Amino acid sequence: MIAYVKGVGNISPQMTWRDDAFSIRDGDQTGNYLSAIEPDYAAWINPQQLRRISRILKMGTAAASIALQEAKLSSPDAIITGTGMGCVEDTGKFLDKITTLNEEALNPTPFMQSTHNTIGSQIGLMVGCKGYNQTYVQGAFSFEHSLMDALMQLDEQPDFNILVGGVDEVTETYSQILQRFGLLKRETPRSMDIFSSQTRGTILGEGAAYFVLSRTAEGSNASIQGIKTLYQPHAHELHDGIDSFLAEALLNRNDVDLVLTGKSGDAIADKQIDRDVNLRFPQSSLAVFKHLCGEHMVASSFALWLAVYMLKHQQMHEAVVIKDAGRPLKNILVYNRYYQDHHSLLLVRSC
Amino acid sequence: MNQVFVIGAGVISAIGNSYSECLSSLMHCRSGIAALTTLDSIHKGKLPVGEVKLSNEALAEATGGNPALTRTALLGLHAAQEAVKDSKLPDLGAWRVGLLSATTVGGMDKTEMFFPAFMQDSKAGKLKNVVHHACGSTTEIMAGYLGVKDFITTINTACSSSVNAIMMGARMIRHNLLDIAIAGGTDALTRFTINGFNSLMILDDEPCKPFDANRKGLNLGEGAGYLVLASERVIGNLQLNPKAIISGYANTNDAYHQTASSPEGNGSYAAMKNALAMADLKSSDIDYINLHGTGTKNNDLSEGTAVKRLFGEQYPRLSSTKAYTGHTLGASGGVEAVFSVMAIDNQCVFPNLRFKTAMPELGVQPQMEMQKTNVNHVMSNSFGFGGNCASIILSSFKS
Amino acid sequence: MEQLIGELKIQIIEALNLKHVKPEQISDDQPLFGEGLGLDSIDALELIVLLQQKHNTKIANAQDGPKIFKSVRSIAEYITLHKTS
Repeated sequence: MIAYVKGVGNISPQMTWRDDAFSIRDGDQTGNYLSAIEPDYAAWINPQQLRRISRILKMGTAAASIALQEAKLSSPDAIITGTGMGCVEDTGKFLDKITTLNEEALNPTPFMQSTHNTIGSQIGLMVGCKGYNQTYVQGAFSFEHSLMDALMQLDEQPDFNILVGGVDEVTETYSQILQRFGLLKRETPRSMDIFSSQTRGTILGEGAAYFVLSRTAEGSNASIQGIKTLYQPHAHELHDGIDSFLAEALLNRNDVDLVLTGKSGDAIADKQIDRDVNLRFPQSSLAVFKHLCGEHMVASSFALWLAVYMLKHQQMHEAVVIKDAGRPLKNILVYNRYYQDHHSLLLVRSC
Repeated sequence: MNQVFVIGAGVISAIGNSYSECLSSLMHCRSGIAALTTLDSIHKGKLPVGEVKLSNEALAEATGGNPALTRTALLGLHAAQEAVKDSKLPDLGAWRVGLLSATTVGGMDKTEMFFPAFMQDSKAGKLKNVVHHACGSTTEIMAGYLGVKDFITTINTACSSSVNAIMMGARMIRHNLLDIAIAGGTDALTRFTINGFNSLMILDDEPCKPFDANRKGLNLGEGAGYLVLASERVIGNLQLNPKAIISGYANTNDAYHQTASSPEGNGSYAAMKNALAMADLKSSDIDYINLHGTGTKNNDLSEGTAVKRLFGEQYPRLSSTKAYTGHTLGASGGVEAVFSVMAIDNQCVFPNLRFKTAMPELGVQPQMEMQKTNVNHVMSNSFGFGGNCASIILSSFKS
Repeated sequence: MEQLIGELKIQIIEALNLKHVKPEQISDDQPLFGEGLGLDSIDALELIVLLQQKHNTKIANAQDGPKIFKSVRSIAEYITLHKTS
């Protein structure tokens, strides 16, 4: 099950929607969360739709449009979206109104836009795609399952172009709730400094990243060679899981040029990542990404964007590298982890 | 590719707390729709809904679940456990098992208890009420109780969610990624959805009349429905007797409007047509359609138009069982897939309650009474907001 | 009536987020739906809410929307006739 990446679009806390994307900067940080740097959406979304749709829908439809543009497609054959929390802002708005207006005279728009599948269907509406349209909402595996479905679709329909993406947003309310759960940093470090903090917790982020996948290699810089999720693995299950994942792609650990890990700044979790992943790849370059995009349930979609970007430019950006083994970039292993329970692997190869 | 067999079914809804109770109600025309009793809402005592007649405590007792769990999780667990028991699988652990569950509200029944206090003061509100808000959390809780570890996923495509979950389960079996899939959906009634649908002005203030010329809207409901799907290898190995096979399915998009269906019923038409094509069946092979049939002006006209486009005047017996259960949103596809299995298992079709007059634009006449008849192929439709259309065909095992 | 019409134009622009439209660009009698301002069924529901929230006027049946919301003037006339104090 291999898929070539024909187009990519990413709206994130970095300038990832630009061609020359990567001028790394301090994210737009409010307290313990990073907000996306948003472009002028009028470039991709018409004013009629723009006036009504919420922020997360703008991010999703813009990212999808950019990916389709790069793939030179007006519409894909299928649209698959992963979102862990869905449309949080509109959900909060409607809940708010139910209470303040005591269930009377409620505006329908926030309710209509609160359902998780609104993102994927807004894209379908915009590009007139009448094909398969699916939304996965399995928390931190939402993007992974979307990718898995996309790969299965390509097995079933090898001539399809599949648009697949991950979208999650952060709001002040959402960050307050996660703060109360003790999941975020108690102090407020700059996102660029999270890996040197010795404390527990992370900082939040958000993003919308879409990819056009197909079975034809022409015009592509990167291919997805495999995807795997591990739910609540013990350390040895993680070790074995990584090895068997690589073996399925006829690789061993020495064949991996770069390991891109989802370290989040949580001191204990990051040490475990070093022990269970990084130290087991002594020959490979090592990199991190969550200081750029913040923690969110579809952060692995940002990681995939980054892997594709680095393979395209055959360069590791200095802001993400923690160890440069001086190897040309062919095989990148993305290992992501969302708090304790959700671990995933993605193998991306240059072409 | 692998055939996909249905070896178990479980359901809970306003018309019964089990497969046999729901079947009895369907056969005896007992609707479960009545004025809202449980939620703390201005609509209590007024708005007709399809409530499951068990409290959270009773659901917890029946399932062994924690009574503090969300109602969505408890309903889901109740139906999924029944489905697994019905499958008579001796040991889930011997196979690659997936739980593919659909939900639109997730833990909202508890979240909406948290919000009022939290809005006044960000330090107020009980955290235990939001810890399982996310849709995926419901499924992980259920998987924990069911002992499923290999694959756990949640799908949310509004009202078409469960059919998409069943579809994905079937596909994973066909791709040899799973041996067994427990697939379906669950949704609890919440103030959020009641007020949401009310703001769209598509609720009927009386018990709904799907496909009737004088229909005024839908009634919301709650419930859960799951099928246990298995591969040929499992059937052969364990010598199980399947209840049905999944012979066809399709997921299409209307791409017309976020909440309304196209007048021509394009998305619905394509979903039904593609499901037939996959099943390698002619339209005349379908013995019964379990309609999406919510009772709204828009859906019923659009769906009816699509049915006539595809089946012509020789459309099969058809009915909407939402007149019994209400619209169970994300669970509706799962609940109605179980009802489709019942139709095959009992060789009968269920009536469309409270129907009197056909829509003048179409003249489509649903099934008026409970009838024993040859049922080999059942089509079940689920069409959701966002233009998400799904159609599934279940067929009797011998065919 | 003129004052109400003026008020309504501002409220409609705000409620429907018609960012690029100024009140003076909406004439009193121009069609709001279809070709006019290009409003759709969700906008109609939002206008129903607007009338209830800001003008104490209830519209029980969404089907009556197209007639009432034909133009700003027809909305103003409806409010004047049906407003509950």
